[in-house]
Amino acid sequence: MRERVHPLLAAEYDNMLHCVRCGLCLSVCPTYQETFDEEESPRGRIAMARALTEGHIGVTPDLLRHLDSCLLCDACTAICPAGVQMEELGVALRTVLEESRPHSRRERVLRHLVLRRLFPHMGLFRVLVRALWLYQKSGLQRALRASGLLRLLRLAEVEALLPPVDSRFLVPRGQVWGPRAATLPSQRSGDQAPRQAALFAGCVMSTALAEIDRATVRVLQANGFTVHVPAGQGCCGALNAHLGDREGARLLARRTIAAFEQTPEMPVVVNSAGCGAMLKHYPHLLANDPAYAARAQRFAARVRDISELLYDLLREGQLNTAMGPVGLVATYQAPCHLAHAQRLRAEPLALLRRVPDLELRPLPEADLCCGSAGVYNLTQPDMAARLLKRKLDQIEATGAEAVISANPGCIMQIAAGLRQRAAAQGRAPLRVLHLVEVLDQAYCNASQENASPC
Amino acid sequence: MLSQALRDELAAIVGRANVHDGPAQLIAYSYDGTFQQHLPDVAVSPTTTDQVAAILRLAYREGLPVVPRGGASSLAGGTIPETGGIVLNLARMNRILEIDRANSCAVVEAGVVTARLQAAAEAEGLFYPPDPSSLNQSTLGGNVACNAGGPRCLKYGVTKDYVLGMTVVLADGRILRLGGKLIKNVTGYQLAQLFVGSEGTLGVITEPILRLIPLPRHRATAVAVFRSLDDAGVAVTAVMQAGVLPVALELMDNLCINLVEDYLHAGLPREAEALLLLEQDGNDPAAVRGEVEVMAGICRAHGAVEVRLAQDEQQRAELWAVRRAVSPALGRAARNKLGEDIAVPRSQIPAMVRRIQEIGRQFGLTIPVFGHAGDGNVHPNILFDRTRPGELERVEQAAAAIFRAALELGGTLSGEHGIGTLKREFLLEALGPEVVAVMRAIKQALDPKGILNPGKVFPLRAGETGRAQPGFLLALPALAGLGPE
Repeated sequence: MRERVHPLLAAEYDNMLHCVRCGLCLSVCPTYQETFDEEESPRGRIAMARALTEGHIGVTPDLLRHLDSCLLCDACTAICPAGVQMEELGVALRTVLEESRPHSRRERVLRHLVLRRLFPHMGLFRVLVRALWLYQKSGLQRALRASGLLRLLRLAEVEALLPPVDSRFLVPRGQVWGPRAATLPSQRSGDQAPRQAALFAGCVMSTALAEIDRATVRVLQANGFTVHVPAGQGCCGALNAHLGDREGARLLARRTIAAFEQTPEMPVVVNSAGCGAMLKHYPHLLANDPAYAARAQRFAARVRDISELLYDLLREGQLNTAMGPVGLVATYQAPCHLAHAQRLRAEPLALLRRVPDLELRPLPEADLCCGSAGVYNLTQPDMAARLLKRKLDQIEATGAEAVISANPGCIMQIAAGLRQRAAAQGRAPLRVLHLVEVLDQAYCNASQENASPC
Repeated sequence: MLSQALRDELAAIVGRANVHDGPAQLIAYSYDGTFQQHLPDVAVSPTTTDQVAAILRLAYREGLPVVPRGGASSLAGGTIPETGGIVLNLARMNRILEIDRANSCAVVEAGVVTARLQAAAEAEGLFYPPDPSSLNQSTLGGNVACNAGGPRCLKYGVTKDYVLGMTVVLADGRILRLGGKLIKNVTGYQLAQLFVGSEGTLGVITEPILRLIPLPRHRATAVAVFRSLDDAGVAVTAVMQAGVLPVALELMDNLCINLVEDYLHAGLPREAEALLLLEQDGNDPAAVRGEVEVMAGICRAHGAVEVRLAQDEQQRAELWAVRRAVSPALGRAARNKLGEDIAVPRSQIPAMVRRIQEIGRQFGLTIPVFGHAGDGNVHPNILFDRTRPGELERVEQAAAAIFRAALELGGTLSGEHGIGTLKREFLLEALGPEVVAVMRAIKQALDPKGILNPGKVFPLRAGETGRAQPGFLLALPALAGLGPE
């Protein structure tokens, strides 16, 4: 190893050495499958990281290019026979390279504003998303899009990604909502403690996509849960980590852990695959923080993706199966951070199979990244567009009328792509739904059959 | 260092974006599935046979080494550019040009991944049997160039048995079209077969024509547990003489069983000396199952303490999961491993495994053994940590002892991985000087300037005696060049 090597790289060196170069990761890596260039593969990136650590190469433009193009989708980690943890390596690399990267003043200011001012401060974040809502509702969006000004400012791609913003946000204030379902298997047997869950509301999920958070609460209630929304929670820090701001991520991780210590013991339920993966990763992120290492372990052990929690109920015969028909032909796109990072592949599908009148069409390469990957679609627009096209072609080929996913990034990316395609062809776009929205609809339809409002 | 003029010439052939010559990019073309590493001067990604020919004309003119590379999953150092030069990345030549149902064959480009052809063939009710365990990342060009095998080859034969023809580019850029969509073809020398197993030293295979057969519709699988390795060995030969030809007959030794159990927690019998996995396929489900029951019976009669037949697809997957876990289990058990690939007459398998166990004890190394018992091809994997002083020297001695034991038992150096750089120093011991001289004459005739994958297959340091000299492993480029130290 080099004499003076960055401590983060030194800490990851063993991880790099685990690679036996078998090349299995090439078969699942989105950027390799698009380019067939070894430098765009996980094996190539590990070898480059190792060469950097050992001092054989420096921080060259081509090194930055091929490390930046990694989606951190973790498909390689999930398939690696030797146990290389690619996301950990990727985050360390981003942080190290960020320090030696030549940044313009404008980039530095923007990074600081977004990573250290916007995402850590949910109040500010909400104001901004509210402004977006106003922008969309006031007719300004239509006017601006028509004016061509967005293209002029090179904001057209970013702007096109924006989902229609929800009008009602879910602001975590320590709310507690009791269960709704009257007759649940466990309550009939009467031998279990009342079910409790703490909702991780998320930043995008609690604002722009707040209806998904509310659907999550309703689905939990329908399964007999009392749902808590602890105050003081905010963004999980995944964005910071992926952009090489490891310190910012640690800051947000400590805050999240503290917020959920107000509701100890109960599971922390997440509906955003990316956030869930990040929350489960806190022990690694805070491993050398004496005040938080053990707390991070306890916290991470409580984290459950909503599909994970409900699947456990299903397996124990405890899931509320009083569902009504949804009348939908859909396909399921597996979010990377659910399928790869959290290894939750069968669980979402098993739940969806319980929904009456839902025809699930298989999606080829369902767990290949759609190109969203946090803000990858903004930082690497070309590769993101290639992956999105590949995904949309496959979705459309299924003949489904809706795509079901479980992560805000995928949902926004795929929805934006489908909107653009539909607009170009002058037809209505396919619907994009979160898994909990489908379940919520099914529960709602069941109670409508019983003539009670949902 | 390649001159700018040559880089421009390469860019004119394949396009600037397909010339990889950044310092980090070169790292990505410096390795294969072994521990070796050496930088090329440049890597290029052609997309047509004509581009490959143009690159070779240039290389021939300049006397530049050319190393063809598909998935770079070689376990013998076959794609290490150990003398620099041009790495030819064929991964982008990945079109399945044709699946011809009427003539039961496929025409593919060299960079098509093995599993992709298998899936495409199965969609047409056809079957491409060779199944190297790297089938998700290895390419058909590489499979043909290395004559790849796999578990199923016991019944169905190896890659060479499926090569009907090919387009191949010679060192000077001439393009040969050999064979065709024909099962029978004795017009002239079987030149297509000459390139099978040539490991990129005779030409660059760009478009193999591969035979396909009807897809068997049913499979049945069983596992047999043996307290004694010798019993398992006798059972293998008994099964193979019983008038049934299994599709796979896989062996794991006691060390392997324990490492897999550490990894999978599947409840494997840790005290067992051997585990055999048996599989049959065919179109008549009763006959397929019947044959597996016959094999299971033979195992019981020869001392198997437990025999389990998979009752459904899930149980079958569970049995194979144990076999497939060998590689990751071994990969995680030690920092480094050297996967060997000897083959012996199958009656000698118990003797070979015993010799390997002795060698492990002699050199203080852990050497689990697994492999394809039905065809005598076994994979002793030497586990080690190369940061420990002196360990690599012992690994080298153990590897040499294993090669020589295999040769003494009437076997050979490599069943399916190839010679590459790892085993080249033993070629003379394995084949004798006359055979190697004929091979050299063929190499000289087809590649007089020696630009194609130079240094591979043939011994570099064996000297007068023809015996491999110490350093055959230690002197390899990973350790001298871009190593960890």
